[in-house]
Amino acid sequence: MMLRIVKYVCGDILRGKIVFGYTAFLLLASFGLFNLGGDPTKGLIGLLSLVLFVVPLVSLVFATAHFYNSYEFIELLAAQPLHRTTLLLAQIIGVSLALSASLLLGIGLPILLYAHSTTGLTLVAVSLVLTFVFTALAFLAAVLARDKARGIGTALLVWFYFALLHNGLTLYVLFLLEDYPLEGVSLSLLALNPIDLARVLVLLQMDVSALMGYTGAMMQNLLGTGTGIAFATAVLTGWIAIPIASAVWIFRRKDL
Amino acid sequence: MLDAKNLTKSYGRLRALDALTATLRQGQAIALIGPNGAGKTTFIKCVLGLVRPDAGELTLDGASLLGDPALRSRIGYMPQIGRFPDHLRVGQLFDLMREIRRGTHTRTDDDLYKAFQIDRIAHQTTRTLSGGTRQKVSACLAFLFDPDVLVLDEPTAGLDPVSVEVLKEKVRAERARGKLILLTSHILSDLDEIATDVLYLIDGKAQFYRPIGELKSQSGETRLGRIIAKIMRNSTTTTLEEKTP
Repeated sequence: MMLRIVKYVCGDILRGKIVFGYTAFLLLASFGLFNLGGDPTKGLIGLLSLVLFVVPLVSLVFATAHFYNSYEFIELLAAQPLHRTTLLLAQIIGVSLALSASLLLGIGLPILLYAHSTTGLTLVAVSLVLTFVFTALAFLAAVLARDKARGIGTALLVWFYFALLHNGLTLYVLFLLEDYPLEGVSLSLLALNPIDLARVLVLLQMDVSALMGYTGAMMQNLLGTGTGIAFATAVLTGWIAIPIASAVWIFRRKDL
Repeated sequence: MLDAKNLTKSYGRLRALDALTATLRQGQAIALIGPNGAGKTTFIKCVLGLVRPDAGELTLDGASLLGDPALRSRIGYMPQIGRFPDHLRVGQLFDLMREIRRGTHTRTDDDLYKAFQIDRIAHQTTRTLSGGTRQKVSACLAFLFDPDVLVLDEPTAGLDPVSVEVLKEKVRAERARGKLILLTSHILSDLDEIATDVLYLIDGKAQFYRPIGELKSQSGETRLGRIIAKIMRNSTTTTLEEKTP
């Protein structure tokens, strides 16, 4: 039943202008970056920065707006013989898949043409994972907030925190604690930011620890590349599962 | 058929439903009337499973509506505002609803689908529909699966006069077939023509719940609008009198 609803949610979004614009933007940026640098690795690094910046932002804002724009329809569906869990999961998966399709075309295709390496594939995979993570967080913000303005505001705060604030705080904490052994702290701080985890996952493939930042480099030292990748993947899975589970838990009890 | 027992729901300090108790039977078309904020929408939303009451029971033929969502296959809902996914075609919207309701009903009822000529707009995206046309789509969806209970929230708002008559006729016919119909409307003359009973809510309580015929013969008025106006005026004067020491 859920997949049937996913099909309609996803199909509806894919016919919209926003997803079309998102795909076009990604395509343009990817081709631009690969053609400017000459070296595909440089192109990938440029694309990585772009993806880490844009994917969370677009996923958060789009998914929250989608929830509020579909509110009346979600109400109508909730009045049908359907479990709330099915209904919300179908929405989350539908939005995630539509945005993923956009990414596969927008950066997947250029990477396939210019840089089809493990690193390139990792970048695509990581951007898909970030889409799921931030769509899940967006739905969590949406079911928590009372109205559209607060929902989108919360989503933007989430983005602001993970994209900008978290790194500053990390440095500050590490600076404060510099007299103590920092392995555990820095590893936890890294795990607390899905965007950092994504960055480290890609850079581990490239083996350029200079770009990994303090926490990333420390993780490579501590865990080594193989365990590091396993750790980051496991934590990112948690970043998808926990927000979705919380959003469903709240939505089941929510007055629509 | 539909039993509400001490149904209570508060939003913060506001008591939207205050121990509401009422038995709604099949073959009744019940007009929910009351001032703004009296709890009409909250009551409807409880029936539809959209709002969870804080206390009390709500049962359909003895089975609690607050638990299993499968029970909602017996309910059809026409919302006040019909908004559907922008890029879905009308035909696809019907497909989706049919898939959701697959296997939950024994008979489909496409009387309204035909009467409103939905076929003609099946290829259009829902975004391009006018407000009235969307109402028609909502109405068709509510009746489509031949549910035992119909919840119609402002069904005639935005419809053209011909469609209003079609819809009223349909409501009367379904009631005669033994359905339970729950209505809200600001247009009392519409309710007058299709409702059999009035459930009058004030502050989340049932002020009275009586057949329209009885109300008319008792008050000597022939129009529901006048009866309700009289009652509302009386109740405000009583509250005013109560307040003066």
